Amino acid sequence: MRSVLPILTVVLAIIVLWYGATVALNAQWTRDQAARAGVEVGFSEIVRDTLAQTRPKLPAPHQVAAELYQSTWVEEVFGRRGIVATGTLSNRSLIYHGWVTLSATMLGFAFGTGLGILLAIGIVHSRAMDMSFMPWAIASQTVPILAIAPMVIVVLASIGIKGLIPKAIIAAYLSFFPVLVGMVKGFRAPDAMQLDLLRTYSASRARTFWQLRLPSSVPYLFASLKVGIAAALVGTIVGELPAGASAGLGARLLSGSYYGQTIQIWAALLAAATLAAGLVVIVGAIERVVLGRMGMRS
Amino acid sequence: MKDLSGAQTVIEAKGVGLVFETGDGPLQALKDISLTIERGEFVSFIGPSGCGKTTLLRAIAALEYPNEGTLTVNGMPPDKARQSRAYGYVFQAAGLYPWRTIAGNVQLPLEIMGFSRAERAERVARVLKLVDLDGFGKKFPWQLSGGMQQRASIARALAFDADILLMDEPFGALDEIVRDRLNEELLKLWAATSKTIGFVTHSIPEAVYLSTKIVVMSPRPGRITDVIESTLPRERPLDIRDSAEFLEIAHRVREGLRAGHAYD
Repeated sequence: MRSVLPILTVVLAIIVLWYGATVALNAQWTRDQAARAGVEVGFSEIVRDTLAQTRPKLPAPHQVAAELYQSTWVEEVFGRRGIVATGTLSNRSLIYHGWVTLSATMLGFAFGTGLGILLAIGIVHSRAMDMSFMPWAIASQTVPILAIAPMVIVVLASIGIKGLIPKAIIAAYLSFFPVLVGMVKGFRAPDAMQLDLLRTYSASRARTFWQLRLPSSVPYLFASLKVGIAAALVGTIVGELPAGASAGLGARLLSGSYYGQTIQIWAALLAAATLAAGLVVIVGAIERVVLGRMGMRS
Repeated sequence: MKDLSGAQTVIEAKGVGLVFETGDGPLQALKDISLTIERGEFVSFIGPSGCGKTTLLRAIAALEYPNEGTLTVNGMPPDKARQSRAYGYVFQAAGLYPWRTIAGNVQLPLEIMGFSRAERAERVARVLKLVDLDGFGKKFPWQLSGGMQQRASIARALAFDADILLMDEPFGALDEIVRDRLNEELLKLWAATSKTIGFVTHSIPEAVYLSTKIVVMSPRPGRITDVIESTLPRERPLDIRDSAEFLEIAHRVREGLRAGHAYD
């Protein structure tokens, strides 16, 4: 594991910078409090106080870590509503909220990937679709998702669709695009010579697709999937922000910001980042296995 | 398609012309090409780049379509001939699918043409033996050298028993030692299968060593400047290349190429 050392170095550097920023950003509040109480504070007192505020501008890493531990392990194992006590996940735990977000992400990702691949097949085989559809696909991504998400949620809620599906649709909206672009490129990856070879066999377009275009596109597919799955997670979280969703990492972020619980916000952020990293790593692992089996080592 | 001598005409071109529409206007790639190739001949097309030798081969394979004249393969228009599996085509690069084994690559045309599983296996084994690759069927392309990959691609072109083998600078990307060996093997293969071979090259020794007929071409517009019937025997050891007869034919090819350039 040669890669561990560089990663640890980077993590360490981030933590050091983070602590520095914590002290710098929270110091003002500490000084204001001291001034109001009419006491003088020294540097060491400032440092001690800035790292232990209840509503800091920027919580210290150990505060976020403690919150993560509290809202996962402690909540589920020892909590009144935890899985150990009730048999179901506690609605106060990040595991529960993470699962809500993950399930919508996976559904949206599956939707988006399927849609992206189907559109790419159409675009590669039909010049009319290539000319007509691609500009719309690009335009769709220039509209800020934050502007569209509330409308999708509200419109779908008005026709009785709530919960998982609206979030998954927003996730799909974000994740189909990288898959579409990657797969158009992937399906067009075979060079003229390889296409000519199949022409010498009088192979049909369907044959050419299954035997040549599809296998050639696999490396592109996985590159797109990594971008797409992260985009799906972002889409889901954005979908959880409006209209008072009660569950999911996005809802956690929103309730944290309502009540000024910065530690909770950061814990949810970190959980989301970990989830995204985990998903990308899983896609990467599948990629290595599949490409290895196909004789194309990445 | 029998003529008086009893030889069978396989490929016949009469006044073939082909124009590419390019961004800079029309480009005359082939002009007034007339040529007859008999069954069992080994015909080389030689000339500088841009002389249309590859275009001519591609037109025979129905990968390009002439604008003028008539071109027939086995007495049929080229696309009909292609549909009746008249030829196997070997490209400059092996172009093996990295996700298929060597056997898998060789049976690709057989799958597309709908051969049964048992027949595919039998044919793959036979052609791999023919190109001296038996035992390599289960290997993947990256496990083979460039020369072996090109032999596998020749096996792929032979797998469905086309009478004509069209080869577009098949050994152009290989080093000279490998190329010599493959040339020798190609002659053995030709003797063993009695196929008609069309072979594009820009190497004079290669053309003279392999061919029974050498078609010398020149560019702008692509046309035939000389057709040389080789007087060398069919049995050709590599050292025939030092014989006076060989050098004489090579000299005539060189003269033909030079004559083509006089128009510039």
